[in-house]
Amino acid sequence: MKFAHLIWGNLTRRKLRTSLTLLSIVVAFVLFGLLCAVRQALEGGVKMAGVDRLIVRHRVSLIQLLPESYKARIERIPGIELAMHQTWFGGVYQDPKNFFPQAPVVPEEFLTMKPELVLSAEHRQAWLTTRTGAIVGRSTADRFNWKIGDKVPIQSPLWGRRTWDFDLVGIYDGREAGTDTRGMFFRYDYFDESRQEGQGKGLIGWYTIRVKDPARAAEIARRVDEEFENSAAETKTEPEGAFVQGFARQIGNIGFIVGGILVAVFFTLLLVTGSTMAQAVRERLGELGVLKAIGFTNGQVLTLVLAESCLLAVLGGGLGLSIACLVTSRGDPTGGLLPLFYLRNQDLALGGSLSLALGLLTGIFPAWQAMRLRVAEALRRL
Amino acid sequence: MNANGKKADPTALVRVEGVEKVFHRGSEDIHVLSRLDLTVATGEFVALMGPSGSGKSTLLNLIGGLDRPTTGSVSIGDDRIDALSDRQLAVWRARHVGFVFQLYNLLPVLTAERNVELPLLLTHLTKAERRRHVETALAMVGLTHRAKHYPRTLSGGEQQRVGIARGIVTDPTLLLCDEPTGDLDRKSGDEILNLLQALNREQGKTIIMVTHDPHASARASRTVHLYKGQLASEPTP
Ligand SMILES: Nc1ncnc2c1ncn2[C@@H]1O[C@H](COP(=O)(O)OP(=O)(O)OP(=O)(O)O)[C@@H](O)[C@H]1O
Ligand SMILES: [Mg+2]
Repeated sequence: MKFAHLIWGNLTRRKLRTSLTLLSIVVAFVLFGLLCAVRQALEGGVKMAGVDRLIVRHRVSLIQLLPESYKARIERIPGIELAMHQTWFGGVYQDPKNFFPQAPVVPEEFLTMKPELVLSAEHRQAWLTTRTGAIVGRSTADRFNWKIGDKVPIQSPLWGRRTWDFDLVGIYDGREAGTDTRGMFFRYDYFDESRQEGQGKGLIGWYTIRVKDPARAAEIARRVDEEFENSAAETKTEPEGAFVQGFARQIGNIGFIVGGILVAVFFTLLLVTGSTMAQAVRERLGELGVLKAIGFTNGQVLTLVLAESCLLAVLGGGLGLSIACLVTSRGDPTGGLLPLFYLRNQDLALGGSLSLALGLLTGIFPAWQAMRLRVAEALRRL
Repeated sequence: MNANGKKADPTALVRVEGVEKVFHRGSEDIHVLSRLDLTVATGEFVALMGPSGSGKSTLLNLIGGLDRPTTGSVSIGDDRIDALSDRQLAVWRARHVGFVFQLYNLLPVLTAERNVELPLLLTHLTKAERRRHVETALAMVGLTHRAKHYPRTLSGGEQQRVGIARGIVTDPTLLLCDEPTGDLDRKSGDEILNLLQALNREQGKTIIMVTHDPHASARASRTVHLYKGQLASEPTP
């Protein structure tokens, strides 16, 4: 475009003012990127949850255990295809900051229930034949540089003050980009035998069940809870998505908070950039008059001003989003709490559109003013 | 003159006929030009003089298509420019007029050559063609060696020469100058006047120049005086 040097020249005329405005746009878009990643990390799990899976947990709270014997009774309920159980292990590797989830499971049931986890036949066989065997997801294996055959010591304060030694027999991958591959899973039989009396032998954390027809999930959930009504451990059954959301909810309504912060930031940005542009046009009304005298049409003058504000906003937005990309590409900053911490392409696209909208919104008023300017009057101002 | 319905001079390039210009400032009407006629033939160099506030710039703006008369008509060549829309006027100006201003009015963010190139951006010329035109225009005003300089690093006289180069780079039908030497010392002013005179004599450019300075008007082929909204060939007290 042959007017590029003119637009660029105008933009860089007041270097300090332009730099400061640019900086505020960059900061806002870095913030935007990071908040999107945080929201994705906290809410992404909900969307990854299977629609045909239900979670059965203790009615009172998540940390109360359920008898392992419920499994047989659950599987007898019509419409249920499969049930498996997991228990929160809550261990750490070497150091408390090295947190990642672990759970004892029954291997065959677990692998059938979680088709989103990809484990080779060889690793699967090794797990089935090794009582102390454990499998771990790619992200955790990479994080600690674990290899097949490693002995992995895990300390858990929940199950006796001792170190549990596992043999790493398999590493699984996620079928999709957003699949959580942090978890380590080991065999329930080994776990149950190794727990001491008084450490909940025969009790498990929660059941995951798969229904044959997702449309009937609500009805089946009710049937499960009825089955255990008036027993020592009553249950609460809900879709896996709601269960994951329950975790996220403990932190607050993330979407609302993120949205609120962003609205405030962008409103401020609108004022800052808007006043920069208004000033930029006000101080060069005479020059705009000269351009019109030379033969620039009102439309061309409007476009020049709009192009300038859009260039400023898109430059700042692009820079900010790039920085956010760079930061989030290094993955989870908390070392395990936010496994899905990444900037989705759709959030990037949203950021791009926002920066363009910012440019248009802040440019349109001064551009309109420049367009309406009567050339003879503008020249008198010189 | 044809304010009384006489046949227009066919050789005339500029025909201003029965023009009135009224400005409104609040409730007050300011009658600047009243029933004014002016004819300028192709190849003339006309100096327009008159006291401050007499409406010289106003008249020049009407001829240059920067403003429209309240009544009356302004024709340049075959175009009735008072009847054109804003957009048509802009396109017409780009093709037919070059302006030279008292305060040069170069864009401070562009180099001399980029300033001169500005009117060419509105044409269909290629980059190479634009470059050639700019070089020619700068050579004509003797500033080839200043092409890459920004206006603030040039003297007033040099800036005005860049202004003239910008005014003539598209080879316009008409060159309009509003006190082109008004802000310059005698020597630089003379250089500018020499340049305008050469453009008129050697290139046959039609020039209308507003000036306060008799020394400047002496260079023109004809001088008209504006007084109380009307023109006279001789200065009126
Ligand atoms: N847009 C406008 N609105 C109101 N009044 C105007 C406008 N433009 C010009 N005038 C008035 O019209 C009169 C003539 O102005 P103009 O600028 O044409 O004078 P001039 O002869 O060029 O004066 P100078 O020699 O000082 O440049 C002045 O009284 C001026 O105040
Ligand atoms: Mg004037």
